[in-house]
Amino acid sequence: MEEGRSFFRAKTASLVAMVVVFFAANAISATYVGFDFLDAAVEIPAGVGWMVAEFLPTADSLSKLGSILSALASTVLVSIAASCIAAVFAFVLAVLGSRTVGIGGPAAFLVRAVASVFRNIPVVAWALILLFSFKQSEFTGFLALFLTTFGYLTRCFLETIDEMGAGPIEALRASGATYFQVVAQAVVPMTITSVVSWVLYMIETNIRDATLVGILTGTGIGFVFDIYYKSFRYDVAGLAILAIVVVVIACELTSNYVRKRII
Amino acid sequence: MTHGFSSKRPPAGCRLSRAGRIRAHAKEQSDALLWLVLGALIATSAFAMATMDYGKADIPTACGDALGDFWMMMSAPGLAGHFTLADVVEGLFVSLALAALTTFIGAVAAFVLGLFAATNLTNPAIAALVKAVMSVFRAVPTILWVLVFSVAIGLGAEAAVVGLLFHSIAYLTKAYSESFEEVDPGILEALRAGGAGWWQTVFRAVVPAKTSELLSWTFIRFEINFVNAVAVGAVAGAGGIGYQLFLAGNFYLNIHEVGLIVYLCLAVAVVLEIAATKLRTRYIVRH
Repeated sequence: MEEGRSFFRAKTASLVAMVVVFFAANAISATYVGFDFLDAAVEIPAGVGWMVAEFLPTADSLSKLGSILSALASTVLVSIAASCIAAVFAFVLAVLGSRTVGIGGPAAFLVRAVASVFRNIPVVAWALILLFSFKQSEFTGFLALFLTTFGYLTRCFLETIDEMGAGPIEALRASGATYFQVVAQAVVPMTITSVVSWVLYMIETNIRDATLVGILTGTGIGFVFDIYYKSFRYDVAGLAILAIVVVVIACELTSNYVRKRII
Repeated sequence: MTHGFSSKRPPAGCRLSRAGRIRAHAKEQSDALLWLVLGALIATSAFAMATMDYGKADIPTACGDALGDFWMMMSAPGLAGHFTLADVVEGLFVSLALAALTTFIGAVAAFVLGLFAATNLTNPAIAALVKAVMSVFRAVPTILWVLVFSVAIGLGAEAAVVGLLFHSIAYLTKAYSESFEEVDPGILEALRAGGAGWWQTVFRAVVPAKTSELLSWTFIRFEINFVNAVAVGAVAGAGGIGYQLFLAGNFYLNIHEVGLIVYLCLAVAVVLEIAATKLRTRYIVRH
């Protein structure tokens, strides 16, 4: 009896402690940045209503659909190219740095460090640095996305390669296969489906990030949105948002379908 | 004899040819799709690179310059008089606080939505509706949510938090509902048979079984929210270290300050990443 009661008492105490910490952390953060919960609760519903009314595309905004779609197409193309080309580099690096088929020595540590640096430098910082030398162009946006994607995918591929069984690799090595043969006959076939699935996921993420980068580099759908947004043509900006939503959801559905079929 | 090969029936999971033999290449169809996808991706990338606008900069010199800039940023971070160290550290804490607020509010909203999106706790129509709304939330880039809300409710912390919330809620709802769906159906049935109401089932069976998993997902989202808070700070002017990064890079054009800010972001991100990885392997991935 006594034991049971102290168990429940401890459980309640930890729950209360968690709730207190939760509210304290909330209150501290809110005061620090000047976020007022009551204000927000009043303003947000009104804001949403205003937003829906203002950002709803009108018949007039449809005349800009052509420029929106062509900018969106260039954003999608840049995202696909950045994801695929980064995947090639990331795969090579991940093979070299993996624990099962890597070249050993300090490579495993070095590859992980490089991947972590590229992944964790904010994409905005990459874009700002590249703008110094490449100026405003699609290529600058491509490079910024390429570098972060490269870091992210290296990390993912490392995990994929290390997770696969060592059996086929040992078998190939025992039968005298060269390093390149081991990679081509064991590593690639065993990881290709998850590699493709990661790349499809990255394309989707990159379309969204490309919008952000595009605002800085003055290209693609981000730039088109920014122009209409800054000139108070919210109806056209809303149309741009709708176009992005359609493309991202289409992309998500396609990659879900492909993922289900190939795995 | 129960061994698979000795009986007349082929082992489970085998595909048979028309003649009734086991097909050795059962994956032919999915292989064809895989090659099709790979081909399409390569062709699209080639087309994109061929038609891309490379701007006015001369690419080889620009590459050299960019490498030099990158080296200068990483090797000589420092202040140049536009900010003090205290400003930058304060900016870092503002970004962290924005991320924390977004995560907390998002977690509460996502907890409720996650219950309604879990197919074992609600009816399929509601679950499908919640999931559809979440995928629309997710499809709009975070930066656009923030920009839209900066005009709707005025630039400031509220707009940043609300803008960041959409993706946070969508992500956590998906993560939470998936872990709710993994709860042992036997336990749910036992509670329902004993006459427990819906909320009782949730708080006596679902939540206790999944607390550590929910907390891990929440922390992982906190890591992502920090990165997003930096990004929206830079582009929407929503404050924090991101805005200072934007000022240093785009306004003062000072690479040393960009370097210092990047190092600070990198330090926080690496610490959060290590913690998130530990939590994921400990509580989420099961072998």
